[in-house]
Amino acid sequence: MYMINCPWCGTRDQAEFVAHGEAHIARPEQPDALTDEAWGDYIFFRDNPKGLHFERWVHTHGCRRWFNVARNTANYEIYASYKPDEAKPEVPQT
Amino acid sequence: MSATRTSNTGQLNRQQPLSFQFNGQPYTGFEGDTLASALLANNVFLIARSFKYHRPRGVFSAGSEEPSALVQLETGAHTLPNCPATEIELYDGLIAHSQNCWPSVKYDIGAVNNVLSRLFPAGFYYKTFMWPKALWMKYEHVIRHSAGLGKSPTVADPTNYDHQHLYCDVLIVGGGSAGLSAALAAAKTGAEILLINDQAEWGGALLSDTQTINDAPALDWINHAIHTLTEMPNVRLLARTTVTGYYHHNYLIANQRITNHLGPTAPTDIPRERLWKVRARKVVLATGAIERPLVFAENDRPGVMLAGAVRSFLNRYGVLLGQNIVILTNNDSAYALGIDALAAGANVTVLDTRTDISDDLLALTTQHALSIQLNSTIIDVKYKGTIQSVDVAKLNQDGSDIVSKPETIPADIVACSGGWTPTLHLYSQAGGKLKFDPDTHSYLPDEAQTLAPDAQFAGSCIGAFALEDCLAQGHATGLNAAEQCGFKTDGIKVDALNTASQLVCNELRPLWVLPCAHPIGNGPKKHFHELHNDSTIADIALAERENFISVEHLKRYTTTGMGTDQGKTSNVNALNVMAALRNKPVGEIGTTTFRPPFTPLTFGAIVGQNCGDLFLQKRTSPMEPWHQVRGAQYEDVGDWKRPRYFPRSGENMDEAVQRECKATRDSVGILDATTLGKIDIQGKDAAKLLNMVYTNAWSKLGVNRCRYGIMLNEHGMIIDDGVTTRLSENHFHMTTTTGGAARIFNWLEELLQTEYPNWEVYCTSVTEQWAVMAINGPKARDLLAKLTDADLSNESFPFMAMLETEVAGVPARIYRISFTGELAFEINVPARYGLHVWEAVMAAGEQYNICPYGTETMHVLRAEKGFIIVGQDTDGSVTPDDADMNWIVSKVKKDFIGKRSLSRSHTAQAGRKQLVGLLAEDPSFVLPEGAHIVDGTNTAPPMKMLGHVTSSYFSPNTGHSIAMAMLKDGHKIMAKGQMGKSLYVALMDGSRQKVTVTGSVFFDKEGVRSRG
Repeated sequence: MYMINCPWCGTRDQAEFVAHGEAHIARPEQPDALTDEAWGDYIFFRDNPKGLHFERWVHTHGCRRWFNVARNTANYEIYASYKPDEAKPEVPQT
Repeated sequence: MSATRTSNTGQLNRQQPLSFQFNGQPYTGFEGDTLASALLANNVFLIARSFKYHRPRGVFSAGSEEPSALVQLETGAHTLPNCPATEIELYDGLIAHSQNCWPSVKYDIGAVNNVLSRLFPAGFYYKTFMWPKALWMKYEHVIRHSAGLGKSPTVADPTNYDHQHLYCDVLIVGGGSAGLSAALAAAKTGAEILLINDQAEWGGALLSDTQTINDAPALDWINHAIHTLTEMPNVRLLARTTVTGYYHHNYLIANQRITNHLGPTAPTDIPRERLWKVRARKVVLATGAIERPLVFAENDRPGVMLAGAVRSFLNRYGVLLGQNIVILTNNDSAYALGIDALAAGANVTVLDTRTDISDDLLALTTQHALSIQLNSTIIDVKYKGTIQSVDVAKLNQDGSDIVSKPETIPADIVACSGGWTPTLHLYSQAGGKLKFDPDTHSYLPDEAQTLAPDAQFAGSCIGAFALEDCLAQGHATGLNAAEQCGFKTDGIKVDALNTASQLVCNELRPLWVLPCAHPIGNGPKKHFHELHNDSTIADIALAERENFISVEHLKRYTTTGMGTDQGKTSNVNALNVMAALRNKPVGEIGTTTFRPPFTPLTFGAIVGQNCGDLFLQKRTSPMEPWHQVRGAQYEDVGDWKRPRYFPRSGENMDEAVQRECKATRDSVGILDATTLGKIDIQGKDAAKLLNMVYTNAWSKLGVNRCRYGIMLNEHGMIIDDGVTTRLSENHFHMTTTTGGAARIFNWLEELLQTEYPNWEVYCTSVTEQWAVMAINGPKARDLLAKLTDADLSNESFPFMAMLETEVAGVPARIYRISFTGELAFEINVPARYGLHVWEAVMAAGEQYNICPYGTETMHVLRAEKGFIIVGQDTDGSVTPDDADMNWIVSKVKKDFIGKRSLSRSHTAQAGRKQLVGLLAEDPSFVLPEGAHIVDGTNTAPPMKMLGHVTSSYFSPNTGHSIAMAMLKDGHKIMAKGQMGKSLYVALMDGSRQKVTVTGSVFFDKEGVRSRG
């Protein structure tokens, strides 16, 4: 059970949040212009790294806002939380 | 064997005798006893039968590591299985029973397994009962019965359990010398301290020792420490509390046993147990060490025990377990027992596997006249109901064999010590790695690769066995932890503490498995490394021969460490044996990872108050009181309790549903539709959002007009449907399925926050703000006209329109939409008026024989019309085309969620399952939902499966059964005019029902009734 910093509310127990997978994947502006392969990559394929992962979370049982988290999937360290429109933060090399 | 109460040792209250029963026999003990110490004091050594061979077993330890003396505590609703007798505090009237034996612990039929033990090696069950596969279910039943541990209670526990969250700066796990010392130091900094002790008494190993601190008994120091800590406002002490789990980010679970020690007569207005969910900034582990057994021939006999446990029973519980005590050891620590037992009046012989001992130790044995034999081992334990004697022989140079003729020594207790294993379960649970430390011959934290950076250690859990070191380390670690939390530690004084010299685990001979007269595992004498699951050295050897050499495979193949004791006394010895078999240093074969819980948790503790009415929230509509009175039968839909049907007296569900269906289409019926998801959507980009989440177009929808829509996920699959109404230019009222309400609301929020943050749209869930009743049937308009002045004519209030007016004197929105195909009106009123309006409608409808109906009739009526239910006729793999709903997919919209996926090669290919209607050859036969559609080639499996039935009912309005189904290429079959094509539906009894494919609309195919 993590302690997660919601950029709007502050640090809370993981029980208040839900995780939603890899962050920084924008919906393509013109889906029709994409090949089947490119579209399939958007809807099906996600990175599954051991180590640094930028991922989406939502404060479901709190402010209900979405945000991103930089987390280490191997040692569970959370380096940063940031708002959806912010750039990826600088984090230690893993 | 004759155990006796001592007159002058132990921390018992001898003024308070307690009576208890074990296996129906009455006994007495004292306040301060455990069940184990009281039984032993009464000379009850045979407590249980072992797991596999049903061998007699007794008390082996004095703590939570107990692998053998597991009992069924109490009876009936209060009973708990698999309780270590060493952990049960004695109370007056306690009742306990042996487990795993029949008819009694003395005469146990399952003991025949011991005679037949050659037939039961490790993996026996997997190998033997594999064939024929179909019989495994039967074998398993018999095996589980004969290999059972305790019995689960069969009636509900009348007591209550609690959960509580707690935040602290420094959590200290362990109330022994190191933990107390850490708490005293850390508390002085002002940090919030939580100190947890698994036993009722504070002091840990000191309680069993004869140590002094500052020349006074150590118990005085403990009492002073507890007094000091209790007085401090920043310290919370929890006794009788076991930290059972250590998870990410310093989240720990601790179970406090609040009234268990009072038995079934404990007050019921306080919880029996409380589960603490602790979030600590730093964690100090002062969890001590567990003695490691030596493994020798017949080492499982009742009366063979850990040396420290024998000492604990003597010094803490006032029981001298025997007159002739033989100690078998490979280190110095067990000599302390020898000296204490001699002083208590027993005959003691120390057998030491070492060839040499230190001069200091030798001098000490001489001073106490302690009889010792070096380089010796026990090669047999003679047992006849009690231990009679042991056979002793000299070891060869490497300890692999014996070199002398055996000598018989009288014995009634055998106390063994193979050193001490630091207790690092919690650290390992948290992701901490262990590495083998050759100096202490034990596993210690590998701080180079830890995943639990906030854990710190003090005392014997990192191999510091001497009291002086425990106190010093505790102090330093406590201060360090507080300092890391930001508290100042300058000027905090150290109490000078002096301790006497001690016999601790050092100079250990790394030899744990001891030879006997025949090769180990190849003769009648058994060497048990694992008492809980009855696993022997021969089993490890077998695992090695069959290449189960990885420690994780070894564990599972031999079941070592998989019992309720988690292998606290067996794991390290098993690793030692495997390392020896593989000719590798023990540090190179790895360790298994410890998993929570450290000791078993009751289901009550895990569940807490989340049971009964508090298990799940129950949502009901404002009309619920009416439904209750009318005897509604309910169905769970998400968290909602929805009326399923309203039986009249004597009716079963089928009869009630047939009547409700008929009555609705003949005159008028009413459904409580409050549970429908409702989302209020406002903002200048609201229509834009609808265009994105629905497949059809919304921009041109007129004000006060309704439109049906389906939603797809990005994979192109249907995820929800419903009717949305435009209330004004930038204001919509969306409805979703009952089950999809929360999911769809979350999804809209997600899109608006993450994909389209610049759109101006505001979504509000209004599901519970509106009470909804749907009146359906040819008399619906006549009925409604009695309750409102509004013009309900087709011209002014057409199908798919909304009217804001008053109904029964309260403001209402009426939506003219229909899920039955009938003339229908969905009356929405503020929730607080729901019951009032419902009752008004029922009264007004009396002249039309208005029929309240539930979800089951709703299902039949909509199936008669071929309307899908998302989640029943669709399953997350159905596109609009599959559902025969291409009419609702816009061809002109540039984009909407899921659009691109509809033309993916896989989604667009032939051979997909598609929605069709099915009619059974026997018109009275209702096909089972979920049944497979097969072609006619084979009459028995394997049969070619072409699809499945999704909805199936008897339709009273058509007079025959109807079904909807997903069928491979179903639309091609319909398009080719093969509507009558014969297929089969396979039934559970092995027979088949012939079916014909039809369109999916069975009633009012022209759709005139709803528009009338």
